[in-house]
Amino acid sequence: MKKTYKLIDLDCANCAAKMEDGIRKLDGVTNVSVNFLSQKLTIEADDARFDEIVQKAVKVCAKIEPDCEIVMR
Amino acid sequence: MNHTSLSKKQKKLLRRIVLAGVLFLLLELWGPEGPLGLLLHLIPYGLAGWDVLWRAVRNIANGQIFDENFLMAVATAGAFGCGEYPEGVAVMLFYQIGELVQSVAVARSRQSIASLMDIRPDFANIEQDGAVVQVDPEEVPVGGVILVKPGERIPLDGVILEGSSTLDTAALTGESLPREVNPGQDVVSGCINLSGLIRVQVSKPFEESTVSKILELVENASSKKAKAEHFITKFARYYTPSVVIAAVVLALLPPLLGLGSFQMWIQRALIFLVVSCPCALVISIPLTFFGGIGGASKRGILVKGGNYLEALADVKVAVFDKTGTLTSGSFSVTAVHPVDMDETELLTLAALAEQASLHPIAKAIVAAAPEGLDLARATNILETAGHGVKALVDGHEVLAGSAKLLAQAGISAEVPSEAGAVVHVAVSGVYRGYIMAADQVKEHSAQALRALKRVGIRKTVMLTGDSPAAANQVGHQLGLDEIFSGLLPGDKVDRVEALLKKKQPGEQLLFVGDGINDAPVLSRADVGVAMGALGSDAAIEAADVVLMDDDLSKLPLAIRIARKTLRVVRQNVIFALGVKFLVLGLSAFGYANMWMAVFADVGVTVLAILNASRMLVDKT
Repeated sequence: MKKTYKLIDLDCANCAAKMEDGIRKLDGVTNVSVNFLSQKLTIEADDARFDEIVQKAVKVCAKIEPDCEIVMR
Repeated sequence: MNHTSLSKKQKKLLRRIVLAGVLFLLLELWGPEGPLGLLLHLIPYGLAGWDVLWRAVRNIANGQIFDENFLMAVATAGAFGCGEYPEGVAVMLFYQIGELVQSVAVARSRQSIASLMDIRPDFANIEQDGAVVQVDPEEVPVGGVILVKPGERIPLDGVILEGSSTLDTAALTGESLPREVNPGQDVVSGCINLSGLIRVQVSKPFEESTVSKILELVENASSKKAKAEHFITKFARYYTPSVVIAAVVLALLPPLLGLGSFQMWIQRALIFLVVSCPCALVISIPLTFFGGIGGASKRGILVKGGNYLEALADVKVAVFDKTGTLTSGSFSVTAVHPVDMDETELLTLAALAEQASLHPIAKAIVAAAPEGLDLARATNILETAGHGVKALVDGHEVLAGSAKLLAQAGISAEVPSEAGAVVHVAVSGVYRGYIMAADQVKEHSAQALRALKRVGIRKTVMLTGDSPAAANQVGHQLGLDEIFSGLLPGDKVDRVEALLKKKQPGEQLLFVGDGINDAPVLSRADVGVAMGALGSDAAIEAADVVLMDDDLSKLPLAIRIARKTLRVVRQNVIFALGVKFLVLGLSAFGYANMWMAVFADVGVTVLAILNASRMLVDKT
């Protein structure tokens, strides 16, 4: 499954790269991109564990850039 | 777009900077020394940089060490520790000013990219039970009927049921000339209806309509990264830790070897820390690629990723499909060779005989005949498929068709000297000459090929399934370097493979087709370009670069945009790294100060962003 989330207050490009790196290392993630310019996070991961993986991804982001908020829909 | 508006966050930061700046100036005029000086300098320092310090602490708690905030905090605190209070405050102030300018510059670039892609329709006027209701385009079902008023954007792909109008397709094709549309014609979403009210029957759901496809494509383009982007990501991963380690070594080793005081070397090491953020590159390189892709899409050129932009810049061999790419795919009369009558007379006779035929060559002859034909002059029209037409014109028997058709009637035809499709004409059993028709070369083809040579394309090649005669005629007219004719679709792939093998290392091969039947070739080439793709899903899917209209002169433009993008990327890499390494070198020998370091960090970032934003300007 592939889903895109909007990011609010993603202020630093280097953090975006670090987030992308961090999420890629999560188990079950097949593809991820954190786009600093369009302020979007796209995750591609196992269908069965998708929600769990997204929760983990949110935690990774919070660790790297606590000011940045991921909009869940 | 409002150029002066700052976000709430930016305004707050600006106020803090101004306040801290004023306080700092007053302090410098007064000039307190000692513990009082330290205490008083901490006020503007905290005012300007409390958030940096707070984030530094918080991020360390989260295990993020080499973070920009941390480095700034250490550098400025270090300055205070060395007794350089004004420097500590000034560096923090300068850093925050840089951050503010940077965030404004990025926001502005982001806005202008967003406005390039501002083709998403907001609503659709749908007819429901006789009333017109405004709904979200996503809610309109296939087969539904929508109304598009003048000035509105067409929200979904469909067919016009009623009304004629002109459409502005500039947002999709970059073409400024309005397009005329009439009932029965297809319209694509994203165009702006200029003049008349039209009723449109929707043919595709919103997710599959042209406008959604384009937006998705351009948004996804940034996920296909260019080599330069990968390089920066990798570089950033090693750069910061290396510089920080170098700073630690610089602070400890020389004084331990007795080469001066700890204070002096720590000050130099602090400069290293400030320069250690790779931000200028990390922000500006993707921004440049994104700007290049955005700028191209504004001109009706969709590039599916930074990697293809990179490949486009190095294209040296351009391979073209003939029909539909170099030529329009529709026939027109190229020559009339009458025998004992004038050209108009021959054309008129042939047109009268061929008037009802659906054959493309017959249509070309009818189109070329003088206007206002009295069609009733021809009677008893009889068409033999594949051979031609027999008719009575003004009571005389006219034969128009292949040499075979005339031969069956015992009339011998001349053998034409040039290539193309031919129609022989005989009247009352006497040979009267022949008419040549050929697939027409597109208006812009010759000009585009010349422009390609000018931008440094080494070799142009044409592939076609047509006969050698027809292929050579078009090929020589346009001045192509190599021509391969009589190819089956599979042969085209083999030809491209062979050409790929022959090219020099570092060169890229580009293939241009109309996206119909050439998907395998499009995907085999280094860069596959589909043209005339407006409304053709297959072409958009198969290609790496899509020209929305069928104007081949967009191709040299695409190459120029790609080269400009890479030029800006190179400039930024060289400039940013150059300044950083220069400042690192100078500070190691004690020739740099904190000011230079902050410039090498945020100043360079801002300049690199400004340079990158040149991609958003129309000139190329």
